[in-house]
Amino acid sequence: MIEVANVTKTYHAGRPNAYTAVDGVSLAIERGRLTVLKGPSGSGKTTLLSLVGCMARPSSGRIHLRGVKAAGLPAAGGALEITSLPERFLTEIRRATFGFIFQHFNLIKGVSTLENVMLPAYPLGGDPAALRRRAGELLERFGLSRHAREPIDRLSGGELQRVAIARALVNDPAVLIADEPTAHLDSHLSEAFMALMGTFKEGGRTLLIASHDPLVYDSPLVDATHELRDGRLCGKASA
Amino acid sequence: MPGTLRRTRSILDFALASLLRRKGRNAALLGVYTLVVFVAASLVFFTQAVKREAHQVLADAPGLVVQRTLAGRQDLVPLAWADWVRGLRGVRSVRPRWWGYYYDGAFGANFTVQASEDAALPAGSARIGAGAARILRVKEGDLITLRGHDNLPLLLTVQGILSSDSELVASDLLLLPREDFQTLFGLPPDQATDLAVDVANPRELPTLAAKIAERYPEARPILHSEILRTYDAIFDWRGGLLVAVLMIAVLCFAIFAWDRAAGLSAEERREIGILKSIGWETSDVLLLKLLEGLAVSLTAFLSGCVLAYGHVFLFSAPLFEGALKGWSVLYPRYRLVPVVDGYQLSLLFLLAVVPYTAATLIPGWRAATVDPDAAMRS
Amino acid sequence: MIQQPGVLALLAASALVAAFLALAAGFGLRILRRWDLRSGSDLQLALERETYLVSTLVAFALAAEVVSLFLFVFTADGLHGRFAGAMCAAGTLNAAPGGYATLLLKVANCLLAGVWLILNHADTRGYDYPLIRAKYAFLLVLAPLVWVEAFLAFRYFTGLRAEVITSCCGSLFSQGQGGLAGDLAAWPERTAMAVLAAVLGALFVAGGVLLRTGRGGYAFGLLSGLAFLAGTASLVSFVSVYLYELPTHHCPFCCLQAEYGHVGYLLYGTLLGGGIAGLGTGALMPFRRRASLAAALPALQRRLVLAALLAFGLFALVVAYQVATSSLRLGP
Ligand SMILES: Nc1ncnc2c1ncn2[C@@H]1O[C@H](COP(=O)(O)OP(=O)(O)OP(=O)(O)O)[C@@H](O)[C@H]1O
Ligand SMILES: [Mg+2]
Repeated sequence: MIEVANVTKTYHAGRPNAYTAVDGVSLAIERGRLTVLKGPSGSGKTTLLSLVGCMARPSSGRIHLRGVKAAGLPAAGGALEITSLPERFLTEIRRATFGFIFQHFNLIKGVSTLENVMLPAYPLGGDPAALRRRAGELLERFGLSRHAREPIDRLSGGELQRVAIARALVNDPAVLIADEPTAHLDSHLSEAFMALMGTFKEGGRTLLIASHDPLVYDSPLVDATHELRDGRLCGKASA
Repeated sequence: MPGTLRRTRSILDFALASLLRRKGRNAALLGVYTLVVFVAASLVFFTQAVKREAHQVLADAPGLVVQRTLAGRQDLVPLAWADWVRGLRGVRSVRPRWWGYYYDGAFGANFTVQASEDAALPAGSARIGAGAARILRVKEGDLITLRGHDNLPLLLTVQGILSSDSELVASDLLLLPREDFQTLFGLPPDQATDLAVDVANPRELPTLAAKIAERYPEARPILHSEILRTYDAIFDWRGGLLVAVLMIAVLCFAIFAWDRAAGLSAEERREIGILKSIGWETSDVLLLKLLEGLAVSLTAFLSGCVLAYGHVFLFSAPLFEGALKGWSVLYPRYRLVPVVDGYQLSLLFLLAVVPYTAATLIPGWRAATVDPDAAMRS
Repeated sequence: MIQQPGVLALLAASALVAAFLALAAGFGLRILRRWDLRSGSDLQLALERETYLVSTLVAFALAAEVVSLFLFVFTADGLHGRFAGAMCAAGTLNAAPGGYATLLLKVANCLLAGVWLILNHADTRGYDYPLIRAKYAFLLVLAPLVWVEAFLAFRYFTGLRAEVITSCCGSLFSQGQGGLAGDLAAWPERTAMAVLAAVLGALFVAGGVLLRTGRGGYAFGLLSGLAFLAGTASLVSFVSVYLYELPTHHCPFCCLQAEYGHVGYLLYGTLLGGGIAGLGTGALMPFRRRASLAAALPALQRRLVLAALLAFGLFALVVAYQVATSSLRLGP
């Protein structure tokens, strides 16, 4: 579903503080599978996720998406080349295709749980009543209905993550991307998280997780693992 | 199309909620902003209303007034001139007028005094303006005493209080019978203050003025249209001066707004980063910032204008009538007739909304173009 | 120099708009020189971000221009009492050199800025910035026009002297007077009406063809421009006469005053809106064949055509209503 070909990301190119965070990475992510990126801190996992998730453009290399519906974009042989698209189009694809669960949750303080979940859909201009219903259902599913009207400031760590997951799902994306999802959770909550990922996988979603937590990359749910070191893939992908 | 509308709606809701979430910070800004608009709007409403008032007063003024100058200063006009002017072609009427100013030391007030040829105003009586009645603390039927040029008191019965919607002129007026006027100031009987000339065709006024000036070299004919023009120039000049000062205030405010918008709090920056990371695009954030700015500036614009309306038309502009009107001490109670038109509103809109929007535009763009992936590591 | 609040505000606004366009043109020049879509370099990313700033600046400039266009006419109208012989804006504008030039340039700049924003909008619909060079080259033409306008406005207002005796609408827009205004006034009403009806009719036909077959966009753009001109000319030559119910009064400004129910705003507003949408449709034609716009452009053009037809249609209705309800009857 996603093909990464020889992708490099250099920050501050051409300047003394230039730094290559991802260096010539090629990999393929299969539809409906759970793929894990592992590697030590600073190895470029987050950077690679942001490239795959259309948040940033690589300095060189190509990324192709398959099976993505995007009006007005050329899809040669069903593969959409996203590397040189303007931000506007990248965002459009990102909104429709990817749901993000961030390491620090990235919820907006002072805003209610419900609205936090609804926020990604605002720029889409959909029907507000339908959106509200959808967000309400998601909260219900994650046992958060009780907190719908409360500002997120009062929620516990585990609840915050569930709000973040609900938000990632609100636009019904094909791919879920999670960055260090278990970093702030105890082992019990981490297992619950992986169980949840299992249900998403069964639901047909493609999952991409960056983590250096064995509880994640050693989980039986994982279909493929890629290891990064200093921005390069090392070894063969294990399956 | 409805998609675009719904998107704007949703983002607007969020913008308003964001403003309310940062009440304290925004209230201070809104307060200063409203104050600036209030002062600007008061000023514009006030000059315009006074200008219109003056026009109205002058509307029934004669087409031509003939004065006489003596050594370059105004002097009394011999009544013989009136007869000569009456004989000119095209002249409909010539009316000698008697008027002047009377200073009352006891009350410390200045009054406009005018002679009336009205037969219903017999000698020994007077009609006075509402402001004058207030100052002299008299009502209809009371006696007023004026001190003549020969130090003799002149006693007059108040026959009526003048009420008029153009209070500007009537307020400090004392209307006396002609004989009493002449006694009060000791004027010679065959001279008047000036002559009011009316003609059938206003186009002939300049020719007529030229003829009079030729016959009487010391005559000074004043055309109605010239008076209007001078009035306008004076009001606009004063208004323009104040607006120039005000523009500096607006500029200061714009710099203040720029500074605030540029120094977005870390919290706001984080929020924009999050919005971009969850799928908002630069133009969505720009729209958010624009709507926030519009909400603030339209609120300030509307409340400033409404407050100014009250200030000028309900409370007679206590803040700057001293600066702008600069007439007699009698006017504080004087009420302006409300006039608000498109010119004033578009002027105020340009003065108020445009500088603020301009000042917040570039900082807003800077904030909106943070990298979406920046939110992934915070 | 006339010290008047409106004058000061107008000059300040002109300076601001000129400065913003200078900024936009600066970015535009940089984009024209360094643009390279294939590159993922920091510079390219920064340039792409700047495109957002430029469109915001131009949108702001257009909004400020439209507000200041109305304020300009208002101010000129309000100043007429200062000049012997002036009865409305027409006299004031004539009282110093540059008055009419400023007004015409303001209108032209509003039209051009509107068309620029349409091109800009179309550009954002394509994934490869299909109009990027065209629109920034256009911007480099627009910016100097705005500077000239600011200069002319400054010269006009500083040149106004209170003692000037000017001629006003009565003589400027009268049939015996030479010049464009006089010629327009001298145009027989019947001919003027026929020309306006013909141009609007052709515009509607072209619009219908464009909506049905997607062809004839250039013709539509051209006809929109003509309709804008014909509409303005008809205001001088016959609409004014019916509106004021005076067979000799051809002033295009008096209709903005309250005595005539501010109908002038509707007339000028529809003309301006229709002109922008129609010219924008034409300006988009050369880019129809771009692969990246193939899907988006026809839909955008349809909407523009509908907007233009709506605006000009409304204009025609208002004019027809004025003529029909006027108590003035002109002889055959
Ligand atoms: N905007 C940036 N400018 C410069 N350097 C950056 C930038 N973003 C990331 N880096 C650098 O790129 C490298 C890779 O960062 P990245 O966040 O992808 O690592 P990571 O594998 O996710 O690490 P962790 O496990 O700690 O989250 C780091 O050394 C980081 O300092
Ligand atoms: Mg990371």
